[in-house]
This record gives sequence, C-alpha cells and structure tokens, in this order.
Amino acid sequence: MAEENSMHIETPIVKDDFASAGEASSKVKKTLTMLGVKPSHIKRISVAMYEAEINAFIHGGGGMAYTDIYPDHVVIFIEDHGKGIEDISLAMQEGYSTASDEVRMMGFGAGMGLPNMKRNSDDMVIDSSPGNGTRVKMTFDIR
Amino acid sequence: MMKDENPRSSADEKRLQASEDMFHSVRLDRDKCMGCTNCIKNCPTQAIRVRNGKAVIISERCIDCGECIRTCTHNAKQAVTDSLDSMEKYKFTVALPAPALYSQFKTARTRNHILTALKRIGFDDVFEVAEGAEFVSNATRQYMKENEIKRPVISTACPAIVKLVQVKFPSLIDNLLPLQAPVEAAAGLAKKKFSEQTGLSPDDIGIFFISPCAAKMHTKNAPLRGKKSDIDELISFQDIYMKLRSAIKDIPPYEEEDIATASSFGVRWPNPGGESLAAGTKKFVAVDGINDVVEILETVDTNEDSKFRGLDFIECLACKGGCLGGPLTVKNVYVAQVIMKDMRSEQNCRYKVGELPAKHVDWHDLLWDRKPEHIPVDQLSPNMAEAFRMLSDMEEIGDSLPGIDCGACGAPSCMALAEDIVRGQAKITDCVFKLREKVRGLAVEMFELEGVMPPTMENSSGETDAGDGGETETSYIFDIEDGVRGNNKEESNEDRDEAERGNPADSDKVNSAEAVHSRGTAERSSGTGADWDRYPGSTGAAGKEGESIDDKRYGGLYSGHFADWHNL
Repeated sequence: MAEENSMHIETPIVKDDFASAGEASSKVKKTLTMLGVKPSHIKRISVAMYEAEINAFIHGGGGMAYTDIYPDHVVIFIEDHGKGIEDISLAMQEGYSTASDEVRMMGFGAGMGLPNMKRNSDDMVIDSSPGNGTRVKMTFDIR
Repeated sequence: MMKDENPRSSADEKRLQASEDMFHSVRLDRDKCMGCTNCIKNCPTQAIRVRNGKAVIISERCIDCGECIRTCTHNAKQAVTDSLDSMEKYKFTVALPAPALYSQFKTARTRNHILTALKRIGFDDVFEVAEGAEFVSNATRQYMKENEIKRPVISTACPAIVKLVQVKFPSLIDNLLPLQAPVEAAAGLAKKKFSEQTGLSPDDIGIFFISPCAAKMHTKNAPLRGKKSDIDELISFQDIYMKLRSAIKDIPPYEEEDIATASSFGVRWPNPGGESLAAGTKKFVAVDGINDVVEILETVDTNEDSKFRGLDFIECLACKGGCLGGPLTVKNVYVAQVIMKDMRSEQNCRYKVGELPAKHVDWHDLLWDRKPEHIPVDQLSPNMAEAFRMLSDMEEIGDSLPGIDCGACGAPSCMALAEDIVRGQAKITDCVFKLREKVRGLAVEMFELEGVMPPTMENSSGETDAGDGGETETSYIFDIEDGVRGNNKEESNEDRDEAERGNPADSDKVNSAEAVHSRGTAERSSGTGADWDRYPGSTGAAGKEGESIDDKRYGGLYSGHFADWHNL
C-alpha cells in the first residue's frame, strides 16, 4: 500500500476452516473489480487463485496468500507448510489427484487445480519438495 | 490520507437527484418514508442510501428485484405499475395473466374460472403467459441443442437476474440464455393474434400484463430487443385482486368459458424448477431468493470448473418461492403453492404436455436482439491510478470507522460509507461516532482556549493555562474550582475530600463523586453544581499522564465545559 499505484493484500488461509475457504480470492476479486480491471482478467485471476487457495487449504494445511496488484500486472504468491509435492510434473497432469475420498465428496480434489492455474495465469512457478511445503507464484498480465 | 473535510459537492447531489428521477420499477412515497435503515440493509446490491431523511435509489446499482418493497415496514416503497383505467385508451384489450395469478384465489375452481372472470371485469380477451412460457421452453431446448453456449446456462426469465449479472457478474453474461421472457413472447403472440382477428392496428390492441412482479416493469420499458415491448400496461396482482375475486364469486361452473390452452409445463413455470423441467434439462439446479442467487453465481463465477462440472442449467429466481412469492402477490407464498398444485393438474389442462408448442412459431423470433452490457458500478474510477489512490484511502477510512454497520450514516455498512466518502458522496462526519470524536476534540480545544487570557487580564502569577489546573481567574468563571484543580495530581485527593466535606448537601455532586470512584479514577474529582457529571464525558480529566482508558475515551469533555453558562 505504501507504493503509489500498487496494492498489497495479505490473507491467511486457515487450516480446516471451511467457512473461510475462498476468502482470499474473493477479496482479491473485489479489489480488482473496484480498480476497474477487465472482467475477463478478473475471471482468470480469481479462478486460478481460488484453485491455489483451495490447494493450500486441502493439501497444505493452510498458509498465506500474498497479492500485489500493479496497473499492468498482478502477482499472486501462495505458500503453505504442508507435505509438499513429490513429483510436480505428475501433479500438473489433468485428473491427477492425491485428495482423500472425503475431500472429493465435497466436490474438490478432481485433479484440475494445477492445470487450471497454469491455464489461467501468464506465468506460474511452483517450488515444492516433500516435507518442505509448497510455494506457488502466478503472474497475470492485465493490460 | 483522510478526507475529513469533504463536503458533498453539488454535482453529487445532482447525481443522487438524477437517479431519483430516472425510471425505476420502484417508487418512493416520500411522505411515508421515515429514513430508517430497513431497505438499505436488505438491498442485495447496496443500491439505497438515506439522504436528507429519505431513501434514495442509486439508479445504476438497482436491479429492480423488489426486495425493498418487501422489507419496507412503512410501505413507502411501491412498485411502479399502471392503472386499470388505461383500458379506455384502447379499442381492444387483452389480459395476459402471469401463471402465478392462478395461485391467488382459494375459491377458483379452474384456470378457466379465473380467465372467464378476467373477461367479466372488462377485458375483451385473454392470452395466457403460460402459453408464452411453453414457447420459451421449446426455444430453450432448441437453443441449447443447436448452439455452443457457455455452461452452465443461466435462465433469464426473471429480469432482476439479468440486471444482477450485468452489475455484479460481467464474466457470466455469456452464460445468459439469450431468449425473451415468457411474458414478452406472449405479448408478441397476442398482439399479432388479436390484430389479425379483429383487423385493428396493433397500436389499438392494449396488452395488459397482470403481474406479481415489479421488475417486469423494467423489461416493459427497456426490453432486450430492438423494438418497443409489446406489453402496453402492467397491472399488479394487488390492484386487480378485489375486482377479480368478486367476479370469480359470481361465475357458476356452467358459465366458465373454455379459454385455457397452456399445458401443465407452462403453468408450473412460476414455481422454482418449473422452467428447468419444461426446458427438458436433466442436470439443473433451481435457486430462489436473491441472496441465494448471488451466492450461487459467485460460486459459478470463481469456481465453474470443479464444483459445477457437468451442470447444464441454473434457474435463478429473485423471489423466494419464485414468482409465487413476487412482491405484488396477495397470497402467502406457501398457500399459493398449495393452490397452484390443483391448478396445474393434468385434468385442469385441455392440452397435454408437448401438444401445444405450435409449429407455426419460429423460435428464432424469441432471440434477444442485443446482448446485455456490463454495468461497472463497483469501479471506483475510470483512471486506474486514481482508483488505486481511492482504494487505499477507502481502506484507511474503513479501518477508522467503528465497523458496527449501524446504518445511521445512511449507508448499509461502514465499508459502504468508506466507499461513498472516497467517491465524494459522503463525508466522514456522516458517521455519528466520528462526529462525536470531532465534537470532543472541539470541546478540548474550547477548554484550552478558554484558559488563555488576554494580556490585559493576566494577573501577576501569570498562571493562565487551565489544562494545568490553574487556580486563578478560570476557577471563578466556572465556579468549579475543585474540579479544575482536580487535574493537578498531587493535590487531587485532598481536594476531593475537601469538596465532599465542604458541601455534603449537594446530592448531584455526591453522586458524581461516587461515579468517579466506581470508574477507578481516584485522582479525579468533580465540581460543585455540575449536573453534567452524571454523563460519561465528565470525569474531570483533561488528558494528563496516569490516565486510565476511560480517561482517554472521555477525557476530552472536561466537566468544566458543561458548567452553567449563565455564570458567564
């Protein structure tokens, strides 16, 4: 917030609190709407961020979402301290999921999360290894 | 940066005035409006503010859902409808009853009974909106089969939903089913049918929509098609109810005309799920009530791929219970549901399901002529740099507000007030808590100024600062010497004891002294004759060191300010 023409938002992703799941992305969505970002950009940002947030919530046991909004691009950084991803390229495949049956029953864990994030962002970097949690950085061009 | 001094500019007054004058389905009865917070709190798009003691609708935000008509406890919000008197304007009049009308009369035997009654009260003929609904159902089936439309398809029969999507969910505009609502379809067909039948010009045929719904007035005036709507007049259920009820009483079974044509599919449309079933989609969900609709669209908007995979059709209805729960209905929505079950039973319908959709109607005629546009009401400024600045101001202001969403400022929530402030449509002092803080600040300043003496009046000791507990001229002015001196920490206990002993008959003072004790601010003492000491602002503190939280909160209002001004 300190910088002119930019906005920084930090939202905690709280473990096991289903009522608050999705709050981070809906806050970012609201902010982008007020800034007048094009609806098509808002759509892909909120879809990608929602997926990342839900991943951190389900697999990562909670974490933090950091969003930086600039006039021409948006950077979203989400970190969790969960079990990490063993094989990132396998996790990137559509339909691949390690979610429990219970989570699937709730309509999550269909194995579309990472592919959706990749598809909706202009740049995505994942940093993860078993036991070290996961950090995802997504960049979106909003010009 | 706080914008404390942000007078409401005349341009904004004009804007609010303009939105008041612009067309709406909802009208305000200014005499009945008390300026309370019921409607502002319940508006799903935060489109209402109270200004100058009256509710004002921000035009571009209003989706015509009629929620404010329902929630206004003073009946000040009324639907804009037409009068039955306008029947005289036309050579031939046709009533278009919304199917929900069939659910309003306990005494009605059949749909024909009600339709006959409509003719008895003066209409030349009747055309069921339920018939239009069947054409729309047919068109929906065709459209979804032949066209690539984004799934899930969102129904558009409820006009409030279309406007909701335009205002709140621009990225779902492509999911909207681009077909006219049943009433529009019925109006077009009726106009054509009766103009051919009578040989009159279409302008001489008056199409009267008998409606449970306020939002339909909006489609009448701004239809999603190139030409003017075929609906000429809109009559509310409530306005026609008594007339129709007595006509219904007077019609014996053998006088019922055989008018009803729609099958049960068309008649069940106003029930949630009716449209989906008639459209033949298997994977559908029907959502009623505007807040539930907002929630479901929110979910689809951010999460279309996982939770809603495979969902074909979302039927959205702004009113709880669908059109049977419309704001202009007479019967309770659940009573209406019971009556409706009878009315749509197969033996009550001349045609069976699927028989009616007339082959001569080309469903392409029902397509929208134009796509609804995004109405960016939430955007703070067209200039993004400006928007960034406003947003950061808004957060700062929002953080400074009490966050209790009391509505006394005329905005539905503290954040809404913060937004109004950065938009220049409100000022920070509209918040009663902020105003109080400001008044307190002024009080402190006044007190300090009071202690400053012109040089000609200063005495030799030169002690003039009342904040330090001056024992000089200031004391006699207020006649509360002890109170003033009470600020002087070292002396205060003694002083208080003195004060209490000195004038035990003064019950006000004793009370206040007790109050002071109970607050645990023993250093303070209160002055004589200060009735005001009962109030929280008068602990006699002027913000010195060693003060408690209470002192900080109330310290600004030193009791001295409230001493009897006659002494001056």
